[in-house]
Amino acid sequence: MLTYLTLIFACQLAGELIAHALHLPVPGPVLGMVLLFAFLLVRGKIPKDLATVTDGLLSHMSLLFVPAGVGVMLHFRLFGDDWLPIAAALIVSTALTVVVTGLMMAWLGKRAATDIEG
Amino acid sequence: MEDLRDIWVYLSATPLLHLTLTLAAFRLGAWIYTRSGMNPVLNPVMIATILIVAILLATDTDYQSYFDGAQFVHFLLGPATVALAIPLYRQFDKVRRSALAISVSILTGSLTASLSAVAIGYFLGASHDATVSLAPKSVTAAVAMGISEKLGGLPSFTAVLVILTGITGAMMGPFLLTLFRIKSWPARGLAMGTAAHGIGTARALQVNEVAGAFSGLAMGLNALATAILLPLIWTVLFAA
Repeated sequence: MLTYLTLIFACQLAGELIAHALHLPVPGPVLGMVLLFAFLLVRGKIPKDLATVTDGLLSHMSLLFVPAGVGVMLHFRLFGDDWLPIAAALIVSTALTVVVTGLMMAWLGKRAATDIEG
Repeated sequence: MEDLRDIWVYLSATPLLHLTLTLAAFRLGAWIYTRSGMNPVLNPVMIATILIVAILLATDTDYQSYFDGAQFVHFLLGPATVALAIPLYRQFDKVRRSALAISVSILTGSLTASLSAVAIGYFLGASHDATVSLAPKSVTAAVAMGISEKLGGLPSFTAVLVILTGITGAMMGPFLLTLFRIKSWPARGLAMGTAAHGIGTARALQVNEVAGAFSGLAMGLNALATAILLPLIWTVLFAA
């Protein structure tokens, strides 16, 4: 368990280092995901203990957004001035993005005639 | 009473109090969400956030003191993002077979997300700061803050808009996808991850492993696409 927790941290650290050193527009953790993915490709399977660690992290992933979300209290004033356009932009644009992306993928996926219905 | 005040002062100074508050509020939110049969409208992040903000305002606690405790939870976002490699690896065959469809869909979604947000903010008269900060709203927080800074927005405000977008997407997404008869899990996951980054991915992972994997992938690729494209589009739109 500890080995794989260390591996995850090491992937993130390496990702942060690469992102900063090369001034990449991708955040360290996303590069870390790519590195861990590469590790799995080389390894050819997912070690059981690694899955235990990651399942633990991912099963409560939404909890991890709460501290940042509470930051909304710092910006009440900005919302106060503009709450209507901001709310409209958040709701309409997010709905539009979900529908456009979903329809596009459903359509292209069907066209490619692959059996991705899984 | 003096004793109670001493205890309060002591507790406020340790990370334990706000760490516990964060976990307890989320636990309650998750309980309500589960009891409702995972109804997306009762999003646990939303419930926990409202609850904590209310408690902090009632006890006159500022965000910085709260975050001193909650940062330990916040920190785990990075390792959790790295961990998304596992569901992705499990679905690698499906991803590889539809690589082109995935890339085109995410690119379309990325442009839809940023351009429609800016257009709506602009035409409804949002301030310049708010409009710029809205542009990267569908991108995962760390990247969105960087993009916002590059465009001349307010990074910390963008972070909040990103979380609100995630909650909005996780709440409305499943309903909209069903309304438009989008049934395939890859398409549903891709839509959630592109529009609602990690919060959409968290919801997708709970519902279906395939959707979760595609959502995590979409989150990463959308961050990449938006970080590269949006500053370029911005220059073309506003430099002329």
